[in-house]
Amino acid sequence: MIANPLASPGVRAVLLLAGMLATTAVAAQNVAWISSEKNNVITLVDLAQGKVTATVPTCKRPRHMQLSADRKQLLVACSDSNAADVVDVATRKSVRRIPLGDNPEMFDLSADGRTVFVSNEDDAELSFVDAMNGKPTGQVKVGAEPEGVKVSPDGKTVFVTSEVANMVHVVDVASKTVRKNIAVGKRPRRFAITPDAQELWVTNELGASVSVVSLKDYSVLATIPLQLKGARASDITPIGLVMTRDGRRAYVTMGRANHVAFVDVASRQVTDQVLVGKRPWSLALNADESRLYVVNGLSDDMTVVDTARAKALVSMPVGRVPHTVVLTD
Amino acid sequence: MVLPLRASVIQSAHRLLLASALTWACATAHAASWSVTLLEDQDAPGLEKQKLERAYLGHVGGPAADGWSQALADARFELDAAKTQINWKTHSVSSLEAARTAAQQAEKAGQQALVVNLPAAWVAAVSVAVKLPVINVGSEVDALREAQCQRNLLHTLPSDRMRADALAQALVSRKWMQVLLLTGPTDEDRARAATAQASLRRYGLKLVEQRPFKLSADPRERDLANPRLLTSGVNYDAVWVVDSEAEFARSLPYNIQAARPVVGDAGLVALAWHAQYERYGAPQVSRRFAKAYQRPMTHHDWAGWMAGKALSQAASGLPKASPGELLAALNRLALDGSKGASLQFRPWDGQLQQTLLLTDGQGVVGTAPVEGVLHPHNVLDTLGADRPEKRCPNRP
Repeated sequence: MIANPLASPGVRAVLLLAGMLATTAVAAQNVAWISSEKNNVITLVDLAQGKVTATVPTCKRPRHMQLSADRKQLLVACSDSNAADVVDVATRKSVRRIPLGDNPEMFDLSADGRTVFVSNEDDAELSFVDAMNGKPTGQVKVGAEPEGVKVSPDGKTVFVTSEVANMVHVVDVASKTVRKNIAVGKRPRRFAITPDAQELWVTNELGASVSVVSLKDYSVLATIPLQLKGARASDITPIGLVMTRDGRRAYVTMGRANHVAFVDVASRQVTDQVLVGKRPWSLALNADESRLYVVNGLSDDMTVVDTARAKALVSMPVGRVPHTVVLTD
Repeated sequence: MVLPLRASVIQSAHRLLLASALTWACATAHAASWSVTLLEDQDAPGLEKQKLERAYLGHVGGPAADGWSQALADARFELDAAKTQINWKTHSVSSLEAARTAAQQAEKAGQQALVVNLPAAWVAAVSVAVKLPVINVGSEVDALREAQCQRNLLHTLPSDRMRADALAQALVSRKWMQVLLLTGPTDEDRARAATAQASLRRYGLKLVEQRPFKLSADPRERDLANPRLLTSGVNYDAVWVVDSEAEFARSLPYNIQAARPVVGDAGLVALAWHAQYERYGAPQVSRRFAKAYQRPMTHHDWAGWMAGKALSQAASGLPKASPGELLAALNRLALDGSKGASLQFRPWDGQLQQTLLLTDGQGVVGTAPVEGVLHPHNVLDTLGADRPEKRCPNRP
């Protein structure tokens, strides 16, 4: 219904050139790592050349990925292997595999990098796993189909969404218990935390909205509706969410509506909407935040967005069913 | 927790987990406590061993209690957080009168809702006899959504008409416009064939001919029983078979005269659920179900699961257990059926709107509404009776 105009080869060639020039000028991060659910690989895109230059084999059905604090290792969770691969960024090889429990999807790392907090969809659990040896160090029962995981800035709390219970669980790391359940919108998915550590933002896939939760008292401060001209609320299914370092703007993928929304954090207003590929899921900002990289789950491509002009520059093919994108130097 | 009356309903570890959760919920203060009866047909033909072994698409795969209790287990956190407790029991009945009496007794005993897995006539009798919300998880008969509809009667199972509309959309989107209709001998088949014809008309397909079939090995009846003879002498893009028993329909794909697809009760079938659906979190639901009940989740299981989901979600928000408020809350719900869209009970006939899955039994080859079908309000309402048709006299 909402087509991607950048998919036509002619347009793509022109924009690719534009994208290349722009990316070379930035040149802080050169490689995009994209987990590809159906290929069991991470696809590497050279951002200067604008094309796939390598693939890194991984465990089965790679999904969420995150860099270690020193940016030297990439942890990739594989749902079908019940494990994560730890990939050395320099050599692009898996250095070890750690078990992550049944059907892991999203995770976050403790500040010291020693604990992985991972949602296990099938067991409805948040698991604590030792990042070195993969030994489970704790489990917390949460609502069914847990998804997004986020560690609080002080490291004392982990937030988990339950897609079925429509809530955010506030898990106390020390006692390994659920301290509070926050009712948010329908089918909550992913998180962002404002840099001042005052607000937790949560996308609601079937609520067509973003819930803003106070980190002081865990009350829901606001629900930001996402709308798009010509699309019904039922076609707007937000999932991915990132925030700029200064905390002034958030980018939200709108799923079936095939757009990314730019949200002004202070006023909680949508300022721009950019057409990308089909069912955009995850997204990442480059070092100077001039470019937004959006992976599109149903069109097997990645769209590069110019954040200053709110314009899509190019869409390039990546692996089958891309899940997450991470940028490295 | 009140234990199920029916011995055949297995007490899985799953259910014990639920029981312990409910016990815990009892201990918390101000818990709103709800009582629900799941009314079942004691001699449901679909649950006979041989029928289950055939595993016909769109036929029941096991007890309705399975999907229902799966949903309550899924909702544990929501219910606990809302300090809400749902007690339930199954009650098997053997006749329409017994079903009506059981429903009235449940109402008198202060129960707040009924979930019914019963033949259509029994559902109609039950929904008239009580004021409680009645959720139909077992009958697809359109009359329950039309002439026999009631304000307190809701349906999570898609109607025959929704399934026929889904198939008609699939045919039109593939430009398979000429349809040969083969219909079975039962009253149910006749009613469903009329529904299929209406769907063909709604989506502008052409019925080239309607032919009756008969299950028979008698050579004197071979014109009625032989798939090749039944499908020769006429041009068509697809054969649509209406066969509620499904035995004949199963013999049709790859056995007809022309190299054409079969749709309807075999070949390509429109269902509420298939365990191979890969999108929108569906695999997690199917996996949980298979783990708990050692069988794939089916069309009817989804309906039972949605009834559990709807009731737990509606009840969680309410301070006290009142059937009237529960019905109002059910009508306000926007439900997640793990099919990608937000689903509501249609105010004009009590039917839960929903995406349908088009399956050949092995996988899901598509969904309906198909891309390109438009509707002024909600594209899900292109499946089944729409508001302006005003087919239900008891609703606004």
